[in-house]
Amino acid sequence: MNLSQLREGQRATILRVGGNGALRRRLLEMGLLKGTDLYVEKYAPLKDPMELIVKGYHVSLRVQEASQISVEPIE
Amino acid sequence: MPGRPISIALAGNPNSGKTTIFNNLTGTRQKVGNWPGVTVEKKEGKIRYQGVELLITDLPGTYSLTPFSIEEIVARNFILDEHPDVVVDIIDSSNLERSLYLATQLRELDCKVLFVLNMTDLARNRGIKIDTEKLSELLDVSVVATVGNKNQGMDQLLETAVRLAESNTDVAQKRRVRYSKDIEAAIVELQRHLEAQCADTLPYNPRWTAIKLLEDDNVVKERTAAGVGERGADIFEQVDRLRERLMDRYAEEPEIVMTDERYGFIAGIIKEIQILSTRRRVDVSRNIDLVLTNRFVGFPIFLFFIWAMFQLTFTLGDYPMQWIEAGVGMVSALLDTLLPQGIFKNLLVDGIVAGVGSVIVFLPNIVLLFFFIALFEDTGYMSRCAFLMDKIMHLIGLHGKSFIPMLMGFGCNVPAIMAARTLESEKDRLLTILITPFMSCAARLPVYIVLAGTFFGAKAGTVIFSIYLLGIALSILTGRLFRSTLLRGADAPFVMELPPYRVPMFKSLMIHMWDRSKMFLKKMGGVILIGSVVVWTLSAFPRDIDYSIDYEQKRQQIAADYDRRMAEAQGTGSEALKEEKESSLGQLERRQRFERAEKSYMGKIGKAIGPIFSPLGIDWRSSVALITGFFAKEIVVSTLGVLYAVGDENESEALQQALQDSDMTPLSAYAMMAFVLLYVPCIATVTTIRHETGSSGWMLFSVAYSTALAWTVAFAIYQGGRLFGLG
Repeated sequence: MNLSQLREGQRATILRVGGNGALRRRLLEMGLLKGTDLYVEKYAPLKDPMELIVKGYHVSLRVQEASQISVEPIE
Repeated sequence: MPGRPISIALAGNPNSGKTTIFNNLTGTRQKVGNWPGVTVEKKEGKIRYQGVELLITDLPGTYSLTPFSIEEIVARNFILDEHPDVVVDIIDSSNLERSLYLATQLRELDCKVLFVLNMTDLARNRGIKIDTEKLSELLDVSVVATVGNKNQGMDQLLETAVRLAESNTDVAQKRRVRYSKDIEAAIVELQRHLEAQCADTLPYNPRWTAIKLLEDDNVVKERTAAGVGERGADIFEQVDRLRERLMDRYAEEPEIVMTDERYGFIAGIIKEIQILSTRRRVDVSRNIDLVLTNRFVGFPIFLFFIWAMFQLTFTLGDYPMQWIEAGVGMVSALLDTLLPQGIFKNLLVDGIVAGVGSVIVFLPNIVLLFFFIALFEDTGYMSRCAFLMDKIMHLIGLHGKSFIPMLMGFGCNVPAIMAARTLESEKDRLLTILITPFMSCAARLPVYIVLAGTFFGAKAGTVIFSIYLLGIALSILTGRLFRSTLLRGADAPFVMELPPYRVPMFKSLMIHMWDRSKMFLKKMGGVILIGSVVVWTLSAFPRDIDYSIDYEQKRQQIAADYDRRMAEAQGTGSEALKEEKESSLGQLERRQRFERAEKSYMGKIGKAIGPIFSPLGIDWRSSVALITGFFAKEIVVSTLGVLYAVGDENESEALQQALQDSDMTPLSAYAMMAFVLLYVPCIATVTTIRHETGSSGWMLFSVAYSTALAWTVAFAIYQGGRLFGLG
């Protein structure tokens, strides 16, 4: 399952961060690493981008970017 | 160190409160410029602290020091090449884990580092307590706690920084990041190799070079290759071998593994120094955001803020605008009475005062727009604008943050282009700068009002609206065109932090606003001044015009004629006769001005370039007006006034009448409006483009592109319209 498939208010753990060099590097540097827990705070009114809470701060990414991150939802 | 000030560099994540601290430290003694060759803003401030001179440089806010963005390269090169005496890392205490990522990278560089734990109050409110002594001990660095927006801890920061700069101890090498066994082994192996082969010619310290080479860092690779010369081949061969070994071992690129391990190292530190209390307060910022970016009310609120911004800018700005206008009027009246009649007076009053005055009236609007932008940025609402608008802006190939600069363009292009600085990616910034001039600024409105008012009557509003839409449509098309040709390449990752909402500091807002306004005054003052002199010269020369009739003689003749008739009438109807006299003198005056405009250099130029404009249905008078519009768009109206020799009273009505009587048709008026919308932006905007892109090339490109587009569109409108039998 990838991050862009999650609904608002869901929690998940990151399994793998894919994507091209620059994007992947940026995601990792901002702390979206394998094993990190995240929370889907909301989607923008036009459904893109989405807002996450990771490591105690809020970050937004485009749905297309989020689809590069595979996650395991936490029930 | 006498003579040379101590150099202190401020590093830190975006939103870490770095700028606030910089403002606290330097106050108004700061200089804003650009880093050489790039469009990243550089801020410096010189201060004296306890008799020591300090040069404080605000590095661009970054999350990391990998050379992916220009900001990161600028920040890293400054530290590596300029060797600041101390690098101060501003750390957001409420966001410790992510902030420490940059901190560990700085710790790996060969420089004296001071950690500043900022926003400790916010962290405390969120139930986070940090053991600063432990942090200092674990990483072997000095640590200071501050609350930037309450101006707390600044003295301690400066004192520690100065002490650190003056101490002679080497940078402690021991307590830096340790990687896992295989990576450490690879680092040490490469480090030894580098030391043995070329320790003397290596640009940076060997361990750091080894780490960066293993991370496949392009900048370091190039610099190392340049430094070590022919031994490079051997070194890079070993780097490749080691990278392959690590890739085999981890099934992942070494740089990814190392990022992971740095975070692992940080997690270990956090565990030791951060105490989370279970008592958690309500997260106010999150609740605000639930409303402001809400699915249903998010956009209406956003639109309201934007509307309020423009409304306040133009209503509040109106008073100081009137004062400035009155002031300019007083100055020119004063000069008029004080100076003797002559060419110098003409130059001063009609050229310089009138020209500069026509631009300076926009200052209040510009200052206010900047104030609102600073407010949006400092509260954290700007990133929410980007969050809301990104989907739409992405269609043009732009970032959500481009929306604000483009929107400001409807007010004035100058602050709009300067506001493009808030964009992080250089490509986005360039593209935004190139398409912003198509947003029809307030100065173009008077031109539309005259033309549409004259030729479209009751439909004028709709016609003007369609011109605005045309600008938006062409900016979208241009955006898409450039994205797929000139400024090609993958979009920069959108990944953007949404910082908590904060109450802005008045001082920061003022500094922000003043910096930008100062730039406007300084940069534009000179150019506008020269421009006004040029326009005046072209329209005032040659002095001795070969008139078709002797106006002076005619004037005397009329005056004498009426005086005689008034004397004959003996009081009865003398008022009416007096008025008649005035009006026929005025008419004569207009005729003279008309002829002088036609025979001035300006008129000659207009006639010379006429053929270029005639396929657009624009006659030579309008061509001249368009040329003068380069200095400021609203001048188009006043030039038309001069060329159609309209008197001063009821100017706009008289001009409308004159235009109606001319060859202009509704169709050619519309073509001219489209041309005014699109052609080369005013000189102030062009100078700003030059300044903000840091390149005359982009400026010329923008000028050429917009003018070519304007001609093409106006041509299509006029000729197309004629094909369909309009006009």
